[in-house]
Amino acid sequence: MSSRDEIFSRIRKALPPEEERPKRPEFVNGDLLSRPRLEGSSLWDTFKRNFEAVNGRAMESVGALADFLLEREFSTGYCDPRLMDRVGSPLAERGLQVETVFERSRYDDYQFGITRATGAIAESGSLIFDDESTSDRLAALSPWVHVGLLERHELIRSIPEAVDRFGASSNIVWATGPSKTADVEGILIEGVHGPGEEIALLLE
Amino acid sequence: MHQKIDTYARTMREEKQHSVLMGATASTEKRYSVLHQDFEDPDALRTLAAGIKDHALANLDRYLADAEGALTANGAHVHWATDGEEAKDLILGILRDHNVTQLTKSKSMVAEEIHLNPFLIENGIECLESDLGEFIVQLDGDEPSHIVRPIIHKNRREIAETFQREHIGADYNDDPEIITRRARVHLRKKYFEAQAGITGANFVSAESGRLVLVTNEGNARFGMAPVPLHIAIVGIEKIVARDRDLAVLLNLLGRSATGQQLTVYTQFINGPRGKDQPSGPEHMHVVFLDNGRTDVLASNCKEILRCIRCSACQNVCPVYRQASGHAYRSPYGGPVGAVLSPLLFGKRFPELADLPKASSLCGACQEVCPVDIPIPDLLLRLRDRAKKEHVKSPGTPPMAPFAALATNPAVWRTSMTMSKAMNHLPIRFAPVAPLQAWIKQRTLPEWHGGDFRKWLKERNDND
Ligand code: SF4
Repeated sequence: MSSRDEIFSRIRKALPPEEERPKRPEFVNGDLLSRPRLEGSSLWDTFKRNFEAVNGRAMESVGALADFLLEREFSTGYCDPRLMDRVGSPLAERGLQVETVFERSRYDDYQFGITRATGAIAESGSLIFDDESTSDRLAALSPWVHVGLLERHELIRSIPEAVDRFGASSNIVWATGPSKTADVEGILIEGVHGPGEEIALLLE
Repeated sequence: MHQKIDTYARTMREEKQHSVLMGATASTEKRYSVLHQDFEDPDALRTLAAGIKDHALANLDRYLADAEGALTANGAHVHWATDGEEAKDLILGILRDHNVTQLTKSKSMVAEEIHLNPFLIENGIECLESDLGEFIVQLDGDEPSHIVRPIIHKNRREIAETFQREHIGADYNDDPEIITRRARVHLRKKYFEAQAGITGANFVSAESGRLVLVTNEGNARFGMAPVPLHIAIVGIEKIVARDRDLAVLLNLLGRSATGQQLTVYTQFINGPRGKDQPSGPEHMHVVFLDNGRTDVLASNCKEILRCIRCSACQNVCPVYRQASGHAYRSPYGGPVGAVLSPLLFGKRFPELADLPKASSLCGACQEVCPVDIPIPDLLLRLRDRAKKEHVKSPGTPPMAPFAALATNPAVWRTSMTMSKAMNHLPIRFAPVAPLQAWIKQRTLPEWHGGDFRKWLKERNDND
């Protein structure tokens, strides 16, 4: 008997007959919502509050992003080639070096990475990325600053609604703020393996 | 009798005990406040989550087959292992097929359970833990002492000494931020050198085959991004029926574990990388592991299979707080470990039969459990089993004082008062300013232990 067969036969032996098995509990999305977290005059407003609560940064113009990067003396980064027109080129005009290929051998050179988000969850302050929208997983993960570009109509209200809209991607990630740890004496430190700065950039 | 617990406490370094106590207490507080701020009725959510897991477990045959079908249709390879030995051989075989000599592994309880790491290292494969805590545990040849925070028992000085010894960074530095940066630089290099990433999974949806992986650090995501091969090892009890069910469980997991609404990175993976994606595994293998779980499913303690490994019961447990995770002699410490570990030990049950006795049955564990597992009831059932199987009573050293304590009503009453004091002390005296910031809410949940004892007594009297 194969291990698969053995495991399945042990499971069947352990389980009660079909009619005695507990039914699937029913619920609606409304049962799962955190009302206080959903407060806000618009989805962007709600998202922004919750995203900032987990130390994410929300921006509404490329100018603001350029200011932020220059203030912190970042000089080099990656931008999804499809976003060069909207983000990469304007940043380059401000004197930043923007590349459209992420070269692994130079992973330390990229201080920021700009990729496309598929959406964002207002309730939890999470950016949503998947393999289809993200031009390069490494460019979204390795640089200290990650910027996810988002459009207003892509905002999703709640966690269960985001699950309902998973789509067909084999790799989806929700990023709720920058990478963090509390492993050393319970003290919060950001930027462990992933970005130390997670930025949501809303462009119309 | 009072002596015994004192004697035990003295054998544990005071620093270690302090670390455990403080970490556990802080987590308990945050869990409580975030759940009650966010939901009018967190208990309704717990009941729903319990129902979701119960239903999935009661139809495990069907749902496992569904998950297998969905994963296979997406191009992933699914394997089955009846025990740890088989799982380890399987994984080694896959790694050899792909000529892997170096890999990173994100934190996985089931990998701890089967001792995957040392096995791979013995077989010539460099297998690096990428979770910061697990990485430090690995450097020290230590064992994790907590499900969510593996180095809850260590302080910054010990960690800095480890880094100095291992030449991670140029000098001794015990600033947690510097420690983290140094680990970042060190591990980053390893991610890019590796040829495979191993992970566990927090949940698996039967409907889509999606494996859910949560980390705060981003290590599971990074471990998979530059490598061509991803292997996930998953206990068969991780299944839920539908993607929708994940929304319920995710709402509870982060809050119960660390007081976060969601863990930072929540990944949903049901196949190799997307068609146009340049980074990420072309090959995905999922190993479903039994290792005693079907025995638990057939036992009168099957409810423990609902467990989502949030560690809330561990944090709230007065015995864990004083004994630390190492006293449980298995990867699962605290109340969940006291039930699960002896059950998973199979024929070797007697070796861990003392664990269910080392509990006060105060009921706090069930109250905090996001899937409402009746842990005190399960502990009683296991005590019963030990009695029936004539296992000699508390023999093993680490838990003996607690077992003795818990089975002596007079001493127990005294220690309840002690526990109460323990609950309140550490926060007020928390010496580290940043810790105070991390702990926003300082009100402790009321200690309900006495009530539960009363209820239990009344119930027993009525039997
Ligand atoms: S038994 Fe419940 S509280 Fe304990 S770790 Fe498991 S899910 Fe969490």
